[in-house]
Amino acid sequence: MASLIVSGIVLGSILTLGSIGLTLIWGILNLFNCAHGDQMTIGAYIALATVALFSNLGILQGKVGPFSFTWGLLVAFIPAIVVSAILAILLDQWCYRPLRERGIPMIVGFILSIGVAFVLRGIVYVIWGADYYSYSKGVRPTITGLPLGITLRTDDVFIMVVAWGLLALVYLFIMKTKTGKALRAVADNPTLAGITGIDTERMTILAWAIAGALIAVAGILWGIEAQLRPEMGWLFLLPLFAAVILGGQGSFTGALVGSMILGIVQQVSTAWLLPTYKPAVAFMVMVLTLLLRPQGIFGRR
Amino acid sequence: MELMGILSFLVSFAIMAAIYAIFSLGLNVQWGYTGLLNFGIAGFFAVGAYTSALVTTPLPTGPLADYVRQAIGLNQPFLVGVIAAAIVSGILAALIGLLTLRLRGGYLAICTIGIAESIRIFLNNEAWLANGPQGLVGLPQPLRGLVPPAYYNFLYLGIVLAFLVLIYFALERGIRSPWGRVLRAIREDEIMAAADGKDVFLFKLQSLVVGAMIMGIGGALYAHFAAAIQPGLFTPMFGTFIIWTMLTVGGTGNNKGAVLGAFLVWALWSWSTYFILKVVPPGFETRAPFIRYILIGLVLIIVILRRPRGIIGEERYVSKF
Repeated sequence: MASLIVSGIVLGSILTLGSIGLTLIWGILNLFNCAHGDQMTIGAYIALATVALFSNLGILQGKVGPFSFTWGLLVAFIPAIVVSAILAILLDQWCYRPLRERGIPMIVGFILSIGVAFVLRGIVYVIWGADYYSYSKGVRPTITGLPLGITLRTDDVFIMVVAWGLLALVYLFIMKTKTGKALRAVADNPTLAGITGIDTERMTILAWAIAGALIAVAGILWGIEAQLRPEMGWLFLLPLFAAVILGGQGSFTGALVGSMILGIVQQVSTAWLLPTYKPAVAFMVMVLTLLLRPQGIFGRR
Repeated sequence: MELMGILSFLVSFAIMAAIYAIFSLGLNVQWGYTGLLNFGIAGFFAVGAYTSALVTTPLPTGPLADYVRQAIGLNQPFLVGVIAAAIVSGILAALIGLLTLRLRGGYLAICTIGIAESIRIFLNNEAWLANGPQGLVGLPQPLRGLVPPAYYNFLYLGIVLAFLVLIYFALERGIRSPWGRVLRAIREDEIMAAADGKDVFLFKLQSLVVGAMIMGIGGALYAHFAAAIQPGLFTPMFGTFIIWTMLTVGGTGNNKGAVLGAFLVWALWSWSTYFILKVVPPGFETRAPFIRYILIGLVLIIVILRRPRGIIGEERYVSKF
């Protein structure tokens, strides 16, 4: 049980990286971005392509310290983050900005985002096929001698360090800088922020870039933890939405707390249920939230 | 013989397109007229198909019982199966509606994704209910003995078209009635509709349930056409998303458009496979079908951005005074 809770915290850390972007876009654009999961898949596969490139070139093949992956993967974070952030901005410019400019209700954007999700997944399927991939072959070292019979992979420590480090950076940026303050203002009330002289379009682009960068990291980390497959992001979408709804829409803290709860609940549920039920467990959490506290833990009505 | 081959291909094409047209009409009630986002059509599809399958088949006996497990087997006629499919699908929609329709639009969308995925996972894992991933086979086909097996699809096409025409005219009546006008008023401006004394929540719920019942009928018709169903069929692509593209292409808020879009997009879907397989290099045949994901997705995005009305578009006036 203690092991499941720990692996739930690992999963929750990855979920947080995704849910922050989701809640940010939701707050600013009023858009439920159904393509968020598939943007995650794209990020993970860009890193896979980079790792494959290094492997062809025969460089950066050494394993990083006690971890299962190579130096190549560490470098691969950079192109994945950059491509994913640019992709997010382009998607906004091509799909959602025309809606904003023409004053079309953002509910139409939900449908667009579903279309985007299938185009992205189709691209992954066509390029990489339906096979499962891993970033590296071979054993995944575990840390032994932990109390309560906890088994922990060295990779899990890496995942948590990266996720929490990045979250701290994003938190400092959003809470302590002037740009971050403007971003929060737009997320809180776009019209009012616009009146006070904040360039809301620029902030929107910034939000997409942050969301795209974070989801790419989430994709790679989940690829390290589990495996890469074209449906990996789609299966993450329900837990992500559940985490955002549970935490409360538009709330940074809410996204964090909601994601951790979701991660732990999903992993602990495998003690009784088959692991394939995880998306359904996320859905049940969502249903319970909507029944008991529709505005979420940290949400306002 | 050649002619017969082409004809039978066209007939199966028309049956599937007509079944999709029924789904598209159901979605049109929910999204086209009321503005409700249902991203979980696949769930109602599956519930309709499985309900009718469990209602119309007998419980397996003898050696078959070792291979096929199903919890229910009522051995009822086809029409009872279709009606049961509509009812169960409607009840499911009512439950989701009670949960989400008082909240903003996005919650319904997310919850319908959730319910569709959960139903698929449930059917896959709970083999006691309906044989798990293998699904149910040998579903009865109505009036099977009436014509020679080679001509049976012609008869089934007639049955499906009868349902399609019936649903189409019923919806046209409904949409042109005061009830339909309230739905459209809610879609345009919920607060105004509420200010006019309409119970917005109740009307939304009715719209969701009516749409879902139509989808349940579509699911049942599909089950008895394919005669074999398994959970893997009811994917987000095949069960939900293609129907959104159909309605959008044809014309959101127009029943004729819903039907037209179903036939057009189903033609694109089924015939593009043929062309794609001709042009892809050898070794890529297994990946080629996924080009259709991109194709259907792009069609949806481009139509929404460039021609949101679709081909036909909504009529400005649906009722004459």
